[in-house]
Amino acid sequence: MKTLIELFFTFVKIGAFNFGGGYAILPFIEKEIVINNGWLNQHDFIDLVALSQMTPGPISINSATFIGYRLAGLISAAVGTLGLIFPAFFLVTTVAATVKKYRTSYWMDCAFLGLRPAVIGLITAATISVGRTSLVDIKSVLIAAFAAVLVFKTKLHPILIILASGTVGGIIYGL
Amino acid sequence: MKKLFKFFLVFFKIGAFTFGGGLAMLPLIEREIVDSNGWMTKDEFIDSIAVIQCMPGVIAVNTAIYLGYNLFGFWGTIFGALGSVLPSFVIMIVAAEFFLTFRDYPVVQAIFKGIRPAIAVLIFSAAVRLGKVVEKTPYNIILAVGSMAAISLLNIHPIIVIIAAALIGITARRGHTQNENAD
Repeated sequence: MKTLIELFFTFVKIGAFNFGGGYAILPFIEKEIVINNGWLNQHDFIDLVALSQMTPGPISINSATFIGYRLAGLISAAVGTLGLIFPAFFLVTTVAATVKKYRTSYWMDCAFLGLRPAVIGLITAATISVGRTSLVDIKSVLIAAFAAVLVFKTKLHPILIILASGTVGGIIYGL
Repeated sequence: MKKLFKFFLVFFKIGAFTFGGGLAMLPLIEREIVDSNGWMTKDEFIDSIAVIQCMPGVIAVNTAIYLGYNLFGFWGTIFGALGSVLPSFVIMIVAAEFFLTFRDYPVVQAIFKGIRPAIAVLIFSAAVRLGKVVEKTPYNIILAVGSMAAISLLNIHPIIVIIAAALIGITARRGHTQNENAD
């Protein structure tokens, strides 16, 4: 029980400081889980990172579930995962309520007019960062071109495009 | 109730197919929320992303909670959060059970090598589609390109870019009347 509570609050802490998302949180998780609490050894932690890269879903959720499960099974997996999303849950709900309340105010409207183009820039920046690590050879550029045709010329659901590209990757990299 | 369950399923699907983290889930969410179900307009969706990007936590989960609140109130936050978390939860438990035995299979690695370039294209397509609803004024183009350069070239944190853009919006549009700014 004590471990469960510790696990919960450790992940509450990780969730509360999870700025930047993705791999930015890894050193923090490592410090809390491997160094401070010794719930996982260094080797297992590296495997966890590799596993997170290969499975869908956010790495911090993956970590919380994996570490919780390895610690004491299903219940601690749930406790760790709930702990992780706990701070965001309250923060996001509060912010959503506040924005909704003042959304029609003049100042808020002006702020959003500045934000819209910035968000487009932000998404383009995300494209660049993913492209840098994924477009590494001729084959990957070809797959990107293939995906681009599907994305811009068809109405296929993104999930189908992901599955199709995975299949093509399996064939041209696997053979 | 039926809509809530549908909302849960949308984020379950998104959780199950989000490879790459962060904004990688954006094209999927946009397709489901804006195109398929018409729960939000593109404008509202872009505004939501701006707010969500400023908060700590997992983007996919925060998006689920934020959109859930706006669309369905309290229960929307619960169903959204559970839907977005459950797939990773189940997959990681299965993975922890069969600890990493499949990791070194070359075919698994090959499949993931194929998925990654597609993710880049999908994210770009979201920028293109959402960009269509933003007016192509010089002011907006400078803001968009400037934000991109600040993040990609100067490594400035997105939160700082978003706050700066909001301040620029407030300063630049002060003279405008309420009506002009209403959508």
